[in-house]
Amino acid sequence: MRLDVNAFLGAYPWRRVPGTAPEAVLAAMDRVGLDEAWVSHLPGMFWKDPTEGNAWLLDAARHHRRLHPVLAVHPLLANWRDVLRQARGAGAPAVRADPTFYGIDPAASPMLALAAECGASGVPLVMSVRLEDLRGRHPNDRADDLPPWAVRRLLRAHPDVRILVMSADRGFIEEVHFGSTPEEARRCWWDIAWIWGPPEDHLATLLRTVGTERFVLGSGQPLRIPETSIARLDLLDLTPEQRALLEHGNAAALRGR
Amino acid sequence: MVARARPYLNRVLIDVHAHFLHDRTPRADWRERNASRLRAGERIGITVHVASILGSWGLTSPIYFSSPSDTTHGNDRMLALQCEHPDRIRGYVAVNPNFTGHALAEIARCMNAGMIGVKLAAARRADDPLLDPICRLAAERGAPVLHHIWQGRRREWPGQDASNGAELATLARRHPDVSFILAHIGGGGDWLDTLHVVRDVGNVYVDLSGSGVDGGMLETCVAAVGAPRLLWGCDLTLDTGWAKLRYLEHLLPPGDLELIRWQNAVRIFPPGAFPAD
Repeated sequence: MRLDVNAFLGAYPWRRVPGTAPEAVLAAMDRVGLDEAWVSHLPGMFWKDPTEGNAWLLDAARHHRRLHPVLAVHPLLANWRDVLRQARGAGAPAVRADPTFYGIDPAASPMLALAAECGASGVPLVMSVRLEDLRGRHPNDRADDLPPWAVRRLLRAHPDVRILVMSADRGFIEEVHFGSTPEEARRCWWDIAWIWGPPEDHLATLLRTVGTERFVLGSGQPLRIPETSIARLDLLDLTPEQRALLEHGNAAALRGR
Repeated sequence: MVARARPYLNRVLIDVHAHFLHDRTPRADWRERNASRLRAGERIGITVHVASILGSWGLTSPIYFSSPSDTTHGNDRMLALQCEHPDRIRGYVAVNPNFTGHALAEIARCMNAGMIGVKLAAARRADDPLLDPICRLAAERGAPVLHHIWQGRRREWPGQDASNGAELATLARRHPDVSFILAHIGGGGDWLDTLHVVRDVGNVYVDLSGSGVDGGMLETCVAAVGAPRLLWGCDLTLDTGWAKLRYLEHLLPPGDLELIRWQNAVRIFPPGAFPAD
C-alpha cells in the first residue's frame, strides 16, 4: 500500500499545469506505483469561498475510489462547522485550511478556533506551507509561505488537534518540532514533498532526529512530478517496516486508525 | 531497502552539474556530503559526475565572488578529487571573470591537468565583455562553459550578480563555436522565461538540474529545445535529478533518453573527456 497525502485536482491559476483531471492524476499514480491519494481541490484554494469546490471534489472521489477528498474549510465563513460535519460524514481523511492563500492571519482567533474544533471533533487539519517556490511564482501570486510560528500556535489550540503540514522544508520542521513540547510534536505530521535528499540528506537527518513516525509520503502532484518523493524514499536506507510507515502507516495514525 | 527502484546499472549516465566540498569551507560535514553524493550516485547509476567547486564556498570569500586564492584552492581540490576518482569524477575549472588574467591562467592550468570544462557562476553578468576572453579560450580548448543562471531574473538578488537566459543567449551568439550549458533549469525562478529566450540559440544546452520538479517543466523543455539540447544533471539535489530521469523514461523514446543521459554530453565535452569515449 502506497498513499500520497498531497495531491490536487483541478486547474492552477498561475500557469498551465498538465494532468490535473482525476483520470490524469490516477494515470500518474499508476506510473509511480501509488495506490491511493488524498486529493484537494486546487482552484478552490484561490476562491473567496474555497468550500465551493468541495461538492465537485466529493463527486470526483465517489467516481474514483482511490482518491480521498480533503475538504476545504475557511474559518471566516459561517459554514465552517458544517464543513467539519460534512467531512466526518463523508469519511474524508482530513480538512484543509490555507490561511496564507485565503489572505487571513494564520494564527489569529478564527484559525485557532478552527484548529480547536478539529481537535474536538477528531478531524485532522491539513495545511500547505507553499505550492511553488517563491522565486518562480507569477508576479501577482503574492501569498506568503505559511510561517512555522503559526503551526506552533495551532498545535496548542486544543490538546487533541492533529495537523499535517505539507511542503515544509527541514528548517521549518525543526523549528516547529523542537519549538513544541514532545506531546505537541506528536500531534504534527509532515509530508516529504519539500525535504531534500542526498547529498544534503535533510530527510535522512529528520527521520533520525524528529522520528520516522512523524513523516508521510506526499508529492504535491500534479504541480510537481510525483516521481520525486518516490525517488527520495528509494535513496534512503530504510527497513521494510520504516518504509511501510512512511508510505501509509503514519497516515493511518494521523487519522487515528 | 530499495523498493520498486529501476535498475540503471550498465548504462551510461552523466551528471553535468555536480559540486563537491572540501576542507576550507564553512561545512564541517564536507566529507559526509561528498560521500553522500557518490553513494547516491551509485544507487542512481551515475557513471560520471562532472563537478565544480566554487572557491571556499563562502568561508574566506563569497560563494559567487570568489577570490583568486580561493578559486585556485577550490580548483586544486577539484583536481584532487578527479585524480582520486578517475573513473567517475571530472572537473570544471571555476573562474571569476573579474580577475581576467587569473581566470585565463586557471583555465589553462586546470585543463592541462585534465579538467574538461569551464564553470562561470555569478561574479559577472553573462553578456558582459569581460567574459569574451574566457569564451575565446574555451573555444580554443574545445571546452563547454557551464553558466549559473537565475531563470527569468528580473531584479537584483543579494550575494550574486546573477544572469538570466537572455543574457546567456547574448553571450552565446557572440561565441557560436562554444557550447554553453545553461545551469539548472529547475533551480529556481521562471523557467518558462528562459526556454522562450534560448529556443533558437543552438549552442545553448539546457541542464535539467535543480530542486524544482514542476509539473509540465520537462515537457516544455523538450518542446522548446528538443532532446538533442538537453543535458541531465542534479546540482544540489540528487533525488530530484533521479525523479526527472524516471519521468523522462515515460515521456521520451529510448533514443532521445540516451541523448539526455549521456550522448549530448559526450558530444559537447572535449574528445576523451569520459571513460566511455
